[in-house]
Amino acid sequence: MPFDGNAIGGLLLEIFGSDMTSAEASCATCGAVGPVAETTVYLRGPGTVVRCRRCTSVLMVVARVRGLNCVDLSGLAALEVEY
Amino acid sequence: MAGTAVRGRLSWQVATVAAVIEETDSVRTIALDLPDWPGHRAGQHLDIRLTAEDGYSAERSYSIASADGEPVNITVERLEDGEVSPYLTQELRPGDQMEVRGPIGNWFTWGPHDGGPLLLIAGGSGVVPLRAILRHRQRSRSSVPVRLLYSSRSLADVIYREELDQYGRSAEVNYTLTRSQPPDWGGFSGRVDDAMLARVAWPASQRPLAFICGPTPFVEAVAELLVARHYLSGRVKTERFGGA
Amino acid sequence: MTSPVSRGFHRLSRPAGAEGGKLPPGQHVTTDFPVLSAGPTPHTPLHEWTFSIRQGGQTLRSWTWPEVQDLPAETVTVDIHCVTRWSKLGTQWRGVPVRALLDQVEHDAQYVLAFSDGGYTTNLPVKDVSGGQAWLAFDYDGQPLAPEHGGPARLLVPHLYFWKSAKWVRGLELLDHDQPGFWENYGYNNYGDPWREQRYAGD
Repeated sequence: MPFDGNAIGGLLLEIFGSDMTSAEASCATCGAVGPVAETTVYLRGPGTVVRCRRCTSVLMVVARVRGLNCVDLSGLAALEVEY
Repeated sequence: MAGTAVRGRLSWQVATVAAVIEETDSVRTIALDLPDWPGHRAGQHLDIRLTAEDGYSAERSYSIASADGEPVNITVERLEDGEVSPYLTQELRPGDQMEVRGPIGNWFTWGPHDGGPLLLIAGGSGVVPLRAILRHRQRSRSSVPVRLLYSSRSLADVIYREELDQYGRSAEVNYTLTRSQPPDWGGFSGRVDDAMLARVAWPASQRPLAFICGPTPFVEAVAELLVARHYLSGRVKTERFGGA
Repeated sequence: MTSPVSRGFHRLSRPAGAEGGKLPPGQHVTTDFPVLSAGPTPHTPLHEWTFSIRQGGQTLRSWTWPEVQDLPAETVTVDIHCVTRWSKLGTQWRGVPVRALLDQVEHDAQYVLAFSDGGYTTNLPVKDVSGGQAWLAFDYDGQPLAPEHGGPARLLVPHLYFWKSAKWVRGLELLDHDQPGFWENYGYNNYGDPWREQRYAGD
């Protein structure tokens, strides 16, 4: 069974340099807006897949390739985080 | 210094096991010595990384069982076909080392300023971050009303029983046992359902703040029940532990 | 800083030597069968399920579930290798060779893009699925393939990394060029030969 965005808090901290679980994510496919913590997350495969809880479209994929975090955010229309 | 705090959060630090406490047959609390820990808030978790002799490493996340300002403790449940939890709950001993990153998670946290009334609903080991919230609430002498509904398979599987029972009237603790109940059991039986919530959950009109934590199917079923009881979805915070 | 060793911790697997056979580089043997997915498990009812071969926007040929069950099937025992480094030896599957399906269609395509319920795709050269080493598999270990492992049917291409064995497969798109699929788009190798350790693009 999948996890939620809380489970990738550490990975996102590594990538973005700040806690992203409260960040508001907007789905580029259906427009749903909600905290990253509430997204559906698939772990431990070839990469980490983050999907919109409402429409299941892919929001974000992180693949670890040769020491790099390869981050695809094209499924997100926006990401808003407090600074 | 803010810079040091950020660095502390971002990087892995070496933790030494200070003590292990057997909570139940399959659950253990591990007290960690983390000299550079920047502090944490109730509800947050940390990531651990274990490295084997051959260089193989595994990472997992565990909720912090202790409140703000307390030493870092995590509580781990042994999953039968797990790779990390059998090691943590059986092999690990004081003096052993691992790497830790954290604290992590600004969403699933509570402090007195977040208000209430608070409804905490735990499935199995999902009780861990909620116990941290209860400890923090008590240590802060907060008067925010709180109720905990804690679902376990049997009484023997209940973690922190003595501690939860000592809250008495300051925090209403309700247990439901889903697989077996002792004779003369006065608590709930069976899975969390609408009838149970009707008795335990704050009415939606009070604008309660709910935290649900446990296996994914449990969390999703309970969240749906609360939303059906008109809880605002923005005030129902969830943390899914995967699994069934 | 080098990571300290966590005394007594080791991976959950048996040493490669115990198996007697060779393992591809960087792999270790597992005794369980990890469930790794990129999305929710679909639940297409069998009476709605079809497998199609498509090209240029057209369906060239399509089979319903009963039609697939009527085709001659094989039981095979193969080793499977996941790019996340676990290998499972001696797994038993039953399915229809993909060759038998492709043979019913006239084409000169060089590549296929397998597509699945839920949107997953993966690309393969036609010769890697038409030469007798690929199956449309619907039984695992003597039982109907469980949904979490790709049931009712998945692609089985054991000579390549297991992400090529698309779960919940619904068909093959015939192409004249190699079109990266889901994981290939995110940095994984277009071919994926575990014996040459072709995990990532450029390997």
